[in-house]
Amino acid sequence: MLSREEVIHIARLARLDLSPEEIERYREQLSAVLDYFARLAEVDTTGIPPTASVLPPRSVLRRDEPRPGLPRDELLANAADTEDGQFKVPPVLDEPHGG
Amino acid sequence: MKPMPWTPFASLTETLRALQTGEVSSEEVTRAYLDRMARLEPRIHAFLAVYPAQALAAAQAADRRRQMARHHPDEEVPPLLGLPIAVKDVLAVRGMELTCGSRILEGFVPPYTATAVQRLLDAGVVIVGKTNTDEFAMGSSTENSAYGPTHNPWDLDRVPGGSSGGSAAAVAARLVPAALGTDTGGSVRQPASFTGVSGLKPTYGRVSRYGLVAYGSSLDTVGVLAPSVADIVPLFTLMAGADPRDATSMDVPVPDITLPGPEAVRGLRIGLPKEYFLAEGMQPEVAQAVQDAVQHLEALGAQVVEVSLPHTAYALPVYYIIAPSEASANLARYDGIRYGPREAADRMWDVFYRTRGRRFGPEVKRRIMLGTYALSAGYYDAYYAQAQKVRTLLKRDFEAAFEQVDVLAAPVAPTTAFRLGEKTEDPLAMYLEDIFTLPANLAGVPGLAFPVGFDAQGLPIGMQLMGPHFREDLLFRVAHAYQQTTDWHTRVPPLAHLEG
Repeated sequence: MLSREEVIHIARLARLDLSPEEIERYREQLSAVLDYFARLAEVDTTGIPPTASVLPPRSVLRRDEPRPGLPRDELLANAADTEDGQFKVPPVLDEPHGG
Repeated sequence: MKPMPWTPFASLTETLRALQTGEVSSEEVTRAYLDRMARLEPRIHAFLAVYPAQALAAAQAADRRRQMARHHPDEEVPPLLGLPIAVKDVLAVRGMELTCGSRILEGFVPPYTATAVQRLLDAGVVIVGKTNTDEFAMGSSTENSAYGPTHNPWDLDRVPGGSSGGSAAAVAARLVPAALGTDTGGSVRQPASFTGVSGLKPTYGRVSRYGLVAYGSSLDTVGVLAPSVADIVPLFTLMAGADPRDATSMDVPVPDITLPGPEAVRGLRIGLPKEYFLAEGMQPEVAQAVQDAVQHLEALGAQVVEVSLPHTAYALPVYYIIAPSEASANLARYDGIRYGPREAADRMWDVFYRTRGRRFGPEVKRRIMLGTYALSAGYYDAYYAQAQKVRTLLKRDFEAAFEQVDVLAAPVAPTTAFRLGEKTEDPLAMYLEDIFTLPANLAGVPGLAFPVGFDAQGLPIGMQLMGPHFREDLLFRVAHAYQQTTDWHTRVPPLAHLEG
C-alpha cells in the first residue's frame, strides 16, 4: 500500500497539484494497480534483454542541412502570454516545493 | 439492372465508384453525411468539432477539380477525391482545434498537419470534423474525454469503447464512410468491436506518427475504421510508408493489396491462441462467436491450429507500466507556457502545478503518476526494466507462433459494450478490457478487428486477426474472405435508420 507521503512525492515529481481528496483516491487506486502488477516479478527474466524497439535496429540518417521551421508568429499564437516574439513566464526562481 | 441510387449507407468503395462515375457529387455525398450528423449527432456525440462550411467548400472544390479533369484527360484525378472522412482528435490538422479530449489543450490550433492526414488530403479527402476520444487516448470507453462521453449507436446507454470511440460511433452510425483512429493498446480495435465496424491497427512504424500527439511513443499507431475491411484498404495504403519526420517509420514497401475471392484463404494456417479464450470474466457468447467465425474460415479452406502465447497474461502489467512511463515523459510538455491555457500564479513553478493539476483529467493524472512512480529511483528495476524484459518474451511468443501459422485469430475484448459509468470508478476493471489487444502493440504486430456476430442483447461482437510485422495484406485477405461470405459488417444500428 502506498503511503500518503509517497503519493505526494510522486505528484510533486510529476508537477501535479492534487487536492487532499485526490491524494487519498490515488493512494487507493494506484495501490490496487501496483498490487496487481506485482505478478510481473514471477517471470524469470534471467538473461532476457529489455526491448529497446520492436523493429529491427537500423541507423536513420539524413543530410545535415538547414530547413525552414514553422513560422514564429504561428507558434506563439497558441501561447497564453508572449512579449517581443518570445514566450513570457512569471518569475522562475525559488521553487516553493523545493523539488 | 439499374444501379441503386447512392445513399449514406453505401460502402466507401461504392461511394468512391459513384464519385468517379459522376453518379453523385462530392457536395451531395458530404451534404448527405452532414444531414445525418445534424439529426443523430446530438444523441451520439461522436464529434468534438464539425466543420460543415469548410467541408462543403472542400467538396465543391473537389467537384470542380473532377469536372476539369473530364475535359483534360491528362489531368490526374486523386484516388479519394471528394470522399468525406473524420479524424480522431489526437491527430493534427492545420487550422482545426486539437484538444485530445483534454482541457489542457482547450483552444489549441495546430499550425501543421499530421503526415497520415496530409497524405489523405493529398489524395483528395474532405475532412468533416474531429472525433471524440478519451483524454490523450487514455481509456477504453471514451468516458475520459473532458468534453463528455460518446454513446454507442447500438445502445445509447452503453460506451462505444475507446479511445477511438468517437470515430467508431461515427462510422457505425454512418455519419462518415470512414474515420481515422489511433491504437496504442487497442484503441482502434476495441471500439470497432463494440460498435460493429472494422478497424485496422497497422504494424508499428508502418504509418508515420508525425502530428499524432504522443502518448506511448513505442506503441502508438495510426489506424482506420470503416464498415468493411475492403473500405480500409485504400486509406491504409495511401497513409503508409516512410516519413523523414518520423524516424521510427519504416521504409518497407507498401504492398499493393488486391482483395481476392474467399478461395484465397485455402491452405492458410490460422492459429487460435488458447490463452485468449481462458480469460477471467470472458463473456461466453464472445468466445462462441469467434470460434464460429474461425470455423467459417475453416469451411472456406483454412487450416486451424491451436497455438500458445504463454506470456499473454503478463501483457496487462507490462503495458500499464510501459505506456504510463512513456506518457509521464511525453506529457511533461503540457505546462501552460507554450500552448494551451495557463492557470495564473505568481511563480512559474506554481503555473506548472496548477495548470497540470487542474486541467488534466483523473485518468491522465493517474497514468502520469503511475509512470512517474515506475521510473523513479528505487522502483525502476522492479517495474520498468522488468516490464521491458517481459515485453521481449511477449514479442518472442509472437515470433514462435508465426513460425507455425500465418495469422492468429482471437476475440478483440472479453465482453461486448458495457454500460456508461459501469467501470469508471474501478481503473483496474477498465484496464482488463484491454487484455486481448495489448499484446499486438507490445510486439508491434498488425491487428485487424471486424464484426463476427451479436450477443443476446443485440450488441456487436468483434474478432481480431494478428499477423507478422508488415503483413497487413494477410489480415486483409482473410478478413475479406470472411466478409464476402457473411453480412455482419453490413448491419447498421436501428438508430441509423431513423429519419427526420
